Amino acid sequence: MAAETVDISNAMVTAPATLGDWLVVAPVAIPLVFGAVLLMVRHETRFHAGLAIAGLMATFAANVGLLERVLSEGPQAMTMGRWLPPFGISFAADALGASLALVATLVAIVCAIYATKEIDATGRRYGFYPFMLLMMAGVGGSFLTGDVFNLYVWFEVFLISSFGMLVLGSTHRQLDGATKYAILNLVGTTLFLTATAFLYGTFGTLNMADIAGKVDAMRDTGPLMTLTVLYLLAFGMKAAAFPLNFWLPASYHTPSIVTAALFGGVLTKVGVYAMMRILVMLFPVERAVLADLIAWVAAGTMVLGIMGALAQSDIRRVLGFVVISGVGVMMAGVALGTEAGLTGTVLYAFHSIIAMTALYLLAGVMNGLGGSYSLHELSGLYRNYPLLAAFALLLVLSAAGLPPASGLWPKVILVRASLDAGLPWLSFAILLTGLLTTVAMGRVFILTIWRQTAKPAENDTVVAGRPAVGYAALAMLSLPILLLGLYPEPLIRIATVSATGLLEASSYLGAVFPMEAQP
Amino acid sequence: MEVALSVFVGIFFAVAIYLMLSKHIIRILLGVSIFGNAVNLTIFTVGRVVREVPPIIPEALQTPDTITANPLPQALILTAIVISFSFFAFLLVLAFRTYQELGTDDTDGMRVAEPEGEPLPPLGY
Repeated sequence: MAAETVDISNAMVTAPATLGDWLVVAPVAIPLVFGAVLLMVRHETRFHAGLAIAGLMATFAANVGLLERVLSEGPQAMTMGRWLPPFGISFAADALGASLALVATLVAIVCAIYATKEIDATGRRYGFYPFMLLMMAGVGGSFLTGDVFNLYVWFEVFLISSFGMLVLGSTHRQLDGATKYAILNLVGTTLFLTATAFLYGTFGTLNMADIAGKVDAMRDTGPLMTLTVLYLLAFGMKAAAFPLNFWLPASYHTPSIVTAALFGGVLTKVGVYAMMRILVMLFPVERAVLADLIAWVAAGTMVLGIMGALAQSDIRRVLGFVVISGVGVMMAGVALGTEAGLTGTVLYAFHSIIAMTALYLLAGVMNGLGGSYSLHELSGLYRNYPLLAAFALLLVLSAAGLPPASGLWPKVILVRASLDAGLPWLSFAILLTGLLTTVAMGRVFILTIWRQTAKPAENDTVVAGRPAVGYAALAMLSLPILLLGLYPEPLIRIATVSATGLLEASSYLGAVFPMEAQP
Repeated sequence: MEVALSVFVGIFFAVAIYLMLSKHIIRILLGVSIFGNAVNLTIFTVGRVVREVPPIIPEALQTPDTITANPLPQALILTAIVISFSFFAFLLVLAFRTYQELGTDDTDGMRVAEPEGEPLPPLGY
């Protein structure tokens, strides 16, 4: 037979997969498996929370292992089906993807714990936890994949799961919000697919490392500028950048608060991550041409976003606009494209994932105690719940970017980076956003915590015991917020490694193509 | 062949965007559906259209001996079709439920989540 003489080492990976290889896919495989198991036991709602938390804990452990390995040994890659890249679909974890996946899993664990109180048996039977696990699988896949089309597929995986979480409960408000969210996000990902079609037509490959290696040769002949603009549009829509952000304030305040917390923390950052990966790593020259445009979009997003927050009287809607404003701050680093700017963006993403989830959960605890999300009705919480007031103060400082909380250092780095890059107006926009955020969030704090309560007697009757689960969730998120505020060095180091990994893709390329790295 | 397909793709995109600019959810959804098919046709076209030669390697050789059809765009399109079809099905149900509950499919009338004339937050206390 001819087949016996064929040397497959030119087409297939012949070495057995090592433990490190498996770690690359574990943060995606574990939540997928647990999500599938949860679907099978859909009617046994009493097992759901435990299984989901166990699954996310296992994912978290895999993420920690992966990040540790990436930091000590450089980017890790695994190619599916043992076909050599670029023919097999590669998963490639560098410091950026691994660290974001880790932080996202952390807030998912906290949300799963908080949901034990928030989501009742009906919500569980309709599949809250399976949706959540599958969404985290999609998010993890987006952070770790090394293939553009695969990135599109993971986007769709977490998008369809997020639809499920968003409409769970089917109130009028949810249906209204979900319709807008679903349609606009689907248009956004279809734009992403359009750009990917042209990318494939231009390069003949969809492997990110392969594209990064070939992009210089295509610069004279390929329509790279068109591709970059299309990707900016698609990811800007996913990240809720002005003027493509209108789906976010229309929907994020409608679902249950734990869903909103997870969405507000994690989902927009996936868009920012994709923007960094594609625009900064694959098309650096084209990004530099678009830098002014991205900077204006960033400034518009952050300033107009926070001005939207100032006009709202529902805490959840205030927070929706604060999420948008944070996306603008992160895009400022993408516009700069320098190592310092990207470091600030990555660090701000860590901060924003944790702080926004914590703020939404704080709103949930306030609603549980005060019976409302409205700034007109919530008042005097300090009187009965000083611990809640302490959490609220820390989180307000964090969102505003004031010490000792987590928002300070990323903003310091970004302001300095934009001054160094000769864009003083961009640093002014970041500082103005900080001031307006202080006003918006400070007002939330003053009105809900400090204001004299109008009806103290009735307020006391609402109390149904201390919200132990809510406090536990807030405490779990306050620790990393304080850590990032008081001792930011380790996280700044991870962010710097991430930024250099984007700008100098050679180690990423070497991980995906180990044969060509040692000629 | 590519030219004809490109013209088709252009028409698909134009129709899709025109429909998506409508105020009515059902038209937007039809637009989204056509949009997805426009992209599928784009992938097919950019994958280079060749005569229908199946990518089968003759038994004695290790590589194909002629230029064959590119199977990868079809794999990509198959994935995209499955995804866009399931999304379209979900969106149709969602839109119908929304229409049942809210009594309108006019996006101007869908103001339940963001009601008009909401009061400003308290300006003092």
